[in-house]
Amino acid sequence: MPEVTPLPLSGYVIDIHYVAGVPTFVTGDGAIALGTAGRVVKPHAGGILSSALAADGKSVITGGDDGKVMRTTVDGTSTLVAERGRKWIDVIAAGPGGAVAFASGRTVVVVDGSGKVHELERPRAALGLTFFPKGLRVAIAGYNGVGLWFPGTAAPVQELEWKGSHIAVTLSPDSANVVTSMQEMALHGWRLRDGQHMRMSGYPAKVKSMSWSVKGRYLATSGAGVSVLWPFFHKDGPMGQRPLELGGRQELVTRVACHPAEEIAALGYDDGMILLSRFSDREEVLLARPNGSPLSALAWSGNGLELAFGCESGAAGLIDLTR
Amino acid sequence: MSASAATPSIPVTVLTGYLGAGKTTLLNRILTEDHGKRYAVIVNEFGEIGIDNDLVVDTDEEVFEMNNGCICCTVRGDLIRVVENLAKRRGSFDAILVETTGIADPVPVAQTFFMDEEVRKFAHLDAVVTLVDAKFFLDRLGDAPEAEDQVAFADVIVLNKTDLVTPEELREVEKTLRQLNPYASIHKATRSGVALDAVLDRGSFDLDRVLELDPSFLEVDEHDHDHVCGPDCDHDHHHHDHDHDHHHHGHETHHDTEVTSVSLKTGELNPDKILPWISEITQAQGPNILRLKGILAFPNEPKRYVVQGVHMIVEGDLQRDWKPGEARESRLVFIGRKLDHAELEAGFKAAAA
Repeated sequence: MPEVTPLPLSGYVIDIHYVAGVPTFVTGDGAIALGTAGRVVKPHAGGILSSALAADGKSVITGGDDGKVMRTTVDGTSTLVAERGRKWIDVIAAGPGGAVAFASGRTVVVVDGSGKVHELERPRAALGLTFFPKGLRVAIAGYNGVGLWFPGTAAPVQELEWKGSHIAVTLSPDSANVVTSMQEMALHGWRLRDGQHMRMSGYPAKVKSMSWSVKGRYLATSGAGVSVLWPFFHKDGPMGQRPLELGGRQELVTRVACHPAEEIAALGYDDGMILLSRFSDREEVLLARPNGSPLSALAWSGNGLELAFGCESGAAGLIDLTR
Repeated sequence: MSASAATPSIPVTVLTGYLGAGKTTLLNRILTEDHGKRYAVIVNEFGEIGIDNDLVVDTDEEVFEMNNGCICCTVRGDLIRVVENLAKRRGSFDAILVETTGIADPVPVAQTFFMDEEVRKFAHLDAVVTLVDAKFFLDRLGDAPEAEDQVAFADVIVLNKTDLVTPEELREVEKTLRQLNPYASIHKATRSGVALDAVLDRGSFDLDRVLELDPSFLEVDEHDHDHVCGPDCDHDHHHHDHDHDHHHHGHETHHDTEVTSVSLKTGELNPDKILPWISEITQAQGPNILRLKGILAFPNEPKRYVVQGVHMIVEGDLQRDWKPGEARESRLVFIGRKLDHAELEAGFKAAAA
């Protein structure tokens, strides 16, 4: 087994980001652990509910139950991005040019790279946000579909409709497809070119983790006793195609992270176990044995030689793949 | 809803009641009195909550219909998110309180704790507590269907502001409450002054505990809570048209108490008949069934079978042994709208062992 450096943390690990190359662990009790030397900052008055890595990779943006959005760099400096009174900031995204989007209830706010604030009121709560990689455009998931918004323009929000509650949204790396995770334990996709719907169902649990493989060929997902990977390299995307299934176990896959360069994925399970699985032959390598706590965060270093993980219990660590 | 021993599940108390019934007063008491528990509180607006606590969150009530073919499957989307977020702060509180708006339908709130697996893993519904204003409740019944639903759905009713009515008026309100809901415990109070242990940590949805708390549960006098309409009842007896929305908006001819209860009792039942029957009846009449609870006796089965349901969601399990000398009786109570007593009774009795 590869070498694991344990790094116990104080709370539920909600996200891990490599900030300027430094593994940065965000925990629900409000702490951001920077690197492995035990340096911790607490930019919020209370807990942290959401986080995102800035598009330039140099800072982490967090949303808290103190109504604040903060930007923290690896030197431990935190600056205020926005403040919304007593609202909980539980949805957040980072975009090009330093833009940040966040939502609380029905209100979606985008702070663009120049610091200008754009606000949009949606008919229902915004549950998921993601930026397009180019321009200033945001996909907003919510009840009955996704809205595509160009902040700062008069253009009306483009609505992609599908009945049900869309709780998270991701965009394929080529910006051709929008995919949501639904409360109804399925994925739904839209091909933007022609609005073609894609239904991806059969999950026994909600999909809480989605990760695009290198070049966007597959969308790997949690939410079942295997990781289901939907192929997006066919003409009609995953429609009519059998998805790839990796890492079949009794336990649910709770987190999945595709490798930045190879067609392999790290899979985290409900019992804390981590497997590495290769797409071509589905060969598996055990990276971490079960520890009893659901795996709640996974992230690859930029060069793909290190995997950082965290669990609901606060168990966390780094796995060195060079050995 | 029983919590597994391994991961202690967080109890959730839902406070409902029409505007002015005293919810905020009770909430403030729970937040300030010394009871040794730390609460995370979900409210609709901060309003007059006299405490500044980072675990008080206000949400906009958002009822989601599930796109899964089940017409009763409504959940509170905002609650799912808040509870999932609270799960990330495990350890900083012991229990959750949900205060609903006066006009809120308690059903989606309850269903959230049955239908969402993530929420269910972390938290369980402890009780629905409904505050009732003794002075204005009967007026509300005439104009606000929510007030009726909140009472019908309750596990605990706090009959508040009793000092503002005469003993006769109070008896009238109590009688109506009993008609709407024969199994809730009723506590009379002024200024929401009810003992907190009467509303907190009740285990009302815990199949294991519900009957231990109140051994007389379901032992109700059938004459006391029958359909209050007489033979001249002019209810709009339309067929349940599988349009849940019409529950609240479609009935122009709102009667005093449209909600009724049907309480059934017999001896031992054949599990191969009664369980499919309960399933069938809740599928067909789910929109009209607010709650059901029951204890069933099966032949040669040493344990009691306990069943409960909300609309179409039904769960049941074998629980404790029948005690020596305890009458092996099967009892089942339905609370809802347009319940056909004769039909339910016939179906129930046809499943006799």
